[in-house]
Amino acid sequence: MTSFLQNVIDALTAGSYYALFALGIALIFGIMRLVNFAQGELIMAGAYTVYLTQDWPWALIVVATVVVVVALALLMERVAFRPVRGRSAATLLITSFAVSFFLQNLARMVFTTLPKSADITPLFRRSFVIGDLTISWLSVIAVCTTALLMVSLALFLNRTRLGVQMRAAAEDFGMARLCGVPANRVIAIAFAISGVLAGIAGLLLVGQTGSLSVTMGLTPVLFGFTAAVIGGLGSLTGAVLGGYLLGAATVFLQNILPFELGGYRDAFLFAAVFAFMALRPGGLLRAVGLEERV
Amino acid sequence: MLDVRDLTVQYGRISAVRQISFVVGTGELVAIVGPNGAGKTSTLAAIMGTVPTAAGEVRLDDLVITGSAPEAIVRRGVALVPEGRRIFGSLTVAENLAMGASVRRPGRSVQEDLERAMDRFPALRRCYREAAGRLSGGEQQMLAIARGLMSRPRVLLLDEPSLGLAPLLVEEVFESIVALRQDGVTILLVEQNAHRAVELSDRTYVLRTGQVVASGTADELAGTADLAALYLGVHEAR
Repeated sequence: MTSFLQNVIDALTAGSYYALFALGIALIFGIMRLVNFAQGELIMAGAYTVYLTQDWPWALIVVATVVVVVALALLMERVAFRPVRGRSAATLLITSFAVSFFLQNLARMVFTTLPKSADITPLFRRSFVIGDLTISWLSVIAVCTTALLMVSLALFLNRTRLGVQMRAAAEDFGMARLCGVPANRVIAIAFAISGVLAGIAGLLLVGQTGSLSVTMGLTPVLFGFTAAVIGGLGSLTGAVLGGYLLGAATVFLQNILPFELGGYRDAFLFAAVFAFMALRPGGLLRAVGLEERV
Repeated sequence: MLDVRDLTVQYGRISAVRQISFVVGTGELVAIVGPNGAGKTSTLAAIMGTVPTAAGEVRLDDLVITGSAPEAIVRRGVALVPEGRRIFGSLTVAENLAMGASVRRPGRSVQEDLERAMDRFPALRRCYREAAGRLSGGEQQMLAIARGLMSRPRVLLLDEPSLGLAPLLVEEVFESIVALRQDGVTILLVEQNAHRAVELSDRTYVLRTGQVVASGTADELAGTADLAALYLGVHEAR
């Protein structure tokens, strides 16, 4: 029982990270049909902001990180993605790779390739014990923060005028414009939100590992993209479900794989993803906007 | 009100619309009819700014709107009820109507227009909180028209509102168009159902292969020889 509960906690924690990565990708894809691989570099930028501000009070670190990453996300949209808006999927994808590599190399020039470490607050390293369960504070923070972000996002999308316009734009961008919704504003807001998600993700990742590198965004973006695809690309609920499913699968594999195969966990994980996609190519939830319109 | 002059729309080297001109006066119901591929939808797309115009211009109350973004054109007072309805299926009926009022400041006058829309189309009141994707085809068409009206347009463009509907519903849609006209809404109607459109409208322009081949009132057009050919494009242009 104890080990089961421990696994549930681990799965929730991992799932929260994946859901956070996936949401940013699904949000941009929903609006622009762009798989933004540079989302990983936004996470990296968030982590380096934490590194540079680590001596500040933690509340200021959070604010600074979110502000820097949102600004970078908006800049990215304005400079790189706006000129290619509405072009073919391949053009958008290549652009996102270009932005991704550019930012990685820019970071390499500024921060060099040496891995850095950062220590935000001792709280991130502590844990507490309930019965036989050991729970790290970071797990609690990650799960709660992600939940809070998801609830806020859901409220924004369902209860505000702007949120409804964003959902409409995700379903039929052209028709939303024909209702008078400014394309630039909707897309800028989507990028700003993805910036908030990436900034928080970067902060949590630094808290988790204590270290950072210029390529640290690669794995999160891969897992986030996978989770978003499992959930049904473009569907936000799907992205969250996909994230938690991926988290559960990771913990499950960790448990059933013999010790000597443990290091190859992700190979088994992605084999399972392949199998899943072959059985259900549309993902868990199919996004409405992608259905053919008659 | 709406003044289209020498409008040309090109897709690559193909001209979908060639130098067409027409006007829609305040309070008028003007129809554009013609066979598939005559350039009807392209004309509307050019007015709305969703496709670039190769030549010519569109004026709304003497102000040129050609070259503006669709959202700016909506703001200026043109609304499109597009072909295939394109309602937001994952949004509720209420949210779809709110989308229609995107260019307006929320407030009492929007609320009054909402009430008016639901008086006009009672089905929308019944399913107000339901996902619009679950409405029937006819109800979706009503919703699309109501959404278009929510921006309080000076000109309402209707693209094939009867397409794909059962005959009974087609009649209902045409009746609501007549009712709109009686309320003083200026309408540009694009239809394949040429006979009904000509009957209802003040004037009709017959489009074929991107050009206006005839125009006039129902009586004037009735005097034109080979009417069926004009409407339906039975004889292809050589």
